[in-house]
Amino acid sequence: MNTDELTRALTRAFPGAPGDMDRLRARLAAAAQRDGILDVAYRTVDSPVGPLLLAATEAGLVRVAYASEGHDAVLQALADRISPRVLNAPARLDAAARELGEYFAGRRRSFDLPLDWRLSAGFRRAVLGHLTEIGYGHTASYAAVARLAGNPTAIRAAASACAANPLPVVVPCHRVIYSDGRIGRYLGGPDAKRTLLTLEATA
Amino acid sequence: MTGKQPFEAVVTEHGATVARVCRAVLGPADADDAWSETFLAAMRAYPGLPADANVEAWLVTIAHRKAIDVTRAAARRAIPVAQTPDGTPAPAADSTGGRLDSDLAGAVARLPAKQRQAVAYHYLAGLPYRDVAAIVGGSAAAARRAAADGIATLRRHWNENERSVR
Repeated sequence: MNTDELTRALTRAFPGAPGDMDRLRARLAAAAQRDGILDVAYRTVDSPVGPLLLAATEAGLVRVAYASEGHDAVLQALADRISPRVLNAPARLDAAARELGEYFAGRRRSFDLPLDWRLSAGFRRAVLGHLTEIGYGHTASYAAVARLAGNPTAIRAAASACAANPLPVVVPCHRVIYSDGRIGRYLGGPDAKRTLLTLEATA
Repeated sequence: MTGKQPFEAVVTEHGATVARVCRAVLGPADADDAWSETFLAAMRAYPGLPADANVEAWLVTIAHRKAIDVTRAAARRAIPVAQTPDGTPAPAADSTGGRLDSDLAGAVARLPAKQRQAVAYHYLAGLPYRDVAAIVGGSAAAARRAAADGIATLRRHWNENERSVR
């Protein structure tokens, strides 16, 4: 037999089977968490607005991302901005996944999760911090949100802050619309925004 | 600016290869421990790894050291199972592969350590002999010879087995 055949036989003799890899990866995630080097843990969950990527640091939930944002691109951005020590490690996102499941089932009106705000700063951070004051099933205008954040004339900046919300759904930027009723920009697209508003209006 | 890829992508790209290398060098009993120790150590050091580093060679280098640690720890435990007298790992259990593949794993396990490592790092991980030599010590020519000797033994073993199976 030639060396190529022998190499292939060697590869078969020492498998790196997918089932084995799942088990090894789970073990790695647990060990990294235990050793405090799991800087960013993530998982995806299915939802009525498509698959959502959830990512958390030790401090709390740091990112919720729609599929339209490109989950690989979002993970790369997290690696660049926070740390490249990023692993698919679902355990840290268990509570977030459970609460989102309850929310989409109409059984939860607010989230009780530690949040890591490090991806937002300045006025944007101030705007996002006030969004939870808009109650479930209600909406507010960008002008009202600018006022809440302490700068009533910064309506466009308030709209930008909502459009760049790193924690959509959990931080309810979908409840902010134009005062004339137009739905406004949304990271997950206007259909997702409408879906969430309809869910909250009917649950 | 795009920097290093998420470590998850490193596991996806190289996890299976490192698993093969750990199995070939250590045998099935200790391979999982070596894999886990390798990726845990790699993840710890990952932020400081130069952006242009050869990630596969880096991982195999760590795996080589972890395999030595695991072998030493096993020797200290000194439980005389799954370990042949000259310190070579026991042959892989026959799981997915056929009898010939399993026999081949046994033949790899019986190779001298240097040959076994050179075969694993060159033929399973695909590293050039220069990189293999940097990991196991010695010259690239010596690494090439060790791999060639190992492959010759394995080929002989395979051919004999094939004859006996027919």
